[in-house]
Amino acid sequence: MKRMRPILIGAVLLLTACERSAPQTAASSAHVPAPATSSTKVTDHFVPPPESAIPGDDFGKQVALGRQIFIDPGHYAKAYVGNQLSCENCHLDAGRLANSAPLWGAYPMYPAYRSKNHHVNTFAERLQGCFNYSMNGKAPPLGDPVLVALESYAYWMSKGEPIGTSLPGRSYPKVTKPALAPDYARGTAVFKRDCALCHGGDGQGQQAAGRTVFPPLWGPQSFNWGAGMEQVNNAAGFIKANMPLGRGNTLTDQDAWDVAYYMDAHERPQDPRFNGSIQATRAAYHDTPDSLYGVAVNGQTLGQGTAKP
Amino acid sequence: MNMLRAALMMLCVLGASSALADTLSGAVLAQQGNGHGVAPCMACHGADGGGQAAAGFPRLAGLSQAYLRKQLDDFANGSRVNATMQPVASGLSDTERDAVAEYYSKLPTPPVTPSPAPSGDIAQVGQRLATRGRWSDALPACEQCHGPGGVGVGDHFPPLSGQSAVYLSNQLHAWQQGSRRNDPLQLMQSVSGKLSDDDVAAIGAWYAAQMNVSPKEQQP
Repeated sequence: MKRMRPILIGAVLLLTACERSAPQTAASSAHVPAPATSSTKVTDHFVPPPESAIPGDDFGKQVALGRQIFIDPGHYAKAYVGNQLSCENCHLDAGRLANSAPLWGAYPMYPAYRSKNHHVNTFAERLQGCFNYSMNGKAPPLGDPVLVALESYAYWMSKGEPIGTSLPGRSYPKVTKPALAPDYARGTAVFKRDCALCHGGDGQGQQAAGRTVFPPLWGPQSFNWGAGMEQVNNAAGFIKANMPLGRGNTLTDQDAWDVAYYMDAHERPQDPRFNGSIQATRAAYHDTPDSLYGVAVNGQTLGQGTAKP
Repeated sequence: MNMLRAALMMLCVLGASSALADTLSGAVLAQQGNGHGVAPCMACHGADGGGQAAAGFPRLAGLSQAYLRKQLDDFANGSRVNATMQPVASGLSDTERDAVAEYYSKLPTPPVTPSPAPSGDIAQVGQRLATRGRWSDALPACEQCHGPGGVGVGDHFPPLSGQSAVYLSNQLHAWQQGSRRNDPLQLMQSVSGKLSDDDVAAIGAWYAAQMNVSPKEQQP
């Protein structure tokens, strides 16, 4: 059998933005016995309860609503969404999939201090960040039914986990820095070979029947410059583990870094924290080698933002 | 002078007839074949391009022109093995393949009588695989590439709605067996390898029971 070429298909890329700066905690990995489910597979990570276990009572209704919002925020949380993305684009399988920043990986880690905003964030505040940045929208106020439903869904999914313990499969995997520094030209070649089939040659994704099937990776309908996926290391982790869709871990580390760099070297909506100067905004919020905000690529300084669609 | 007039007239006639041939050739091929051994498409795929469900002959009407053209090329080059279609595709010239692909891509999506909805386990498995996938096996849902309701997306992900259970399961088995291996990035070979026979039957039954819908494609 010929070794299959990795593909990038995907479908997805997007929401990741959410796990931008991880809460600081001891990273001890706990072994959590999987709860009883219909699956008999042996896994090395937590297995959330099956969706069929969502209770039918008033609490369960909020869990189910949270799941619907997660799958289709443009419909169920329309007022707070400013692009064509869905939570599920970057948190695969409705936020259940290990190594795709699952909700069960994030939920037990909050409240947590975050260097992104220099204070202790509750889980609800963490969710607000997803709307501000990854969804390029506006944050639902604390206590808003959208946040209540999403938090209920994450809480339900995390049943039986230890609190405050970083579990295997949480967030995206860290991909070893490749031998060669990430490169735009090599990234272009990977994109054309493995990603453009689904995301389009222009990276703007594809829609059908009024829904986003393959999400836009940059441009006015994608996540903004404040999202976690804007950082090349995060994008490389997501891509390596999950792209092309259903064929994760088929790209080399080098390819994952190169194509992540390529994606993140395109313009996208302005960081909502923009303070009037790209360089000052970079200094305040993007002061890391993993961000291309304020960096010149191919003669263009990134961080200009895109016109509102 | 007379010669010139005659020549002009000839040109006009030739021009008109070749324009006529261009506009009709797709329809003529579909309805009459090409006169060089290729049978009319409609003999199997139906007068409206809706296919024949029981025989597993697929719907062609309303599919992407680029997709249809690629399938003809792939039947001819053997990356999609099919004893019936191989000689047909091989017998069509380059321009004939284009014409017939264009013709079917422009036919309206025919009305479909959905087959009876499956029940019990089959229904559950079919709906689940179609809409949610089975991520414990790294298996995406059908609609994550083929679009909501399987309407089809762009030139590479054909509609599943409006196709019969027989056709869909034949294709999934062909991917599994390697007799069909013309998928971009080997996506279907990868996906089909994660399906059991029961899964294949459930997916076919699920889509065959759906109402046919036309994609309303929107560019961002």
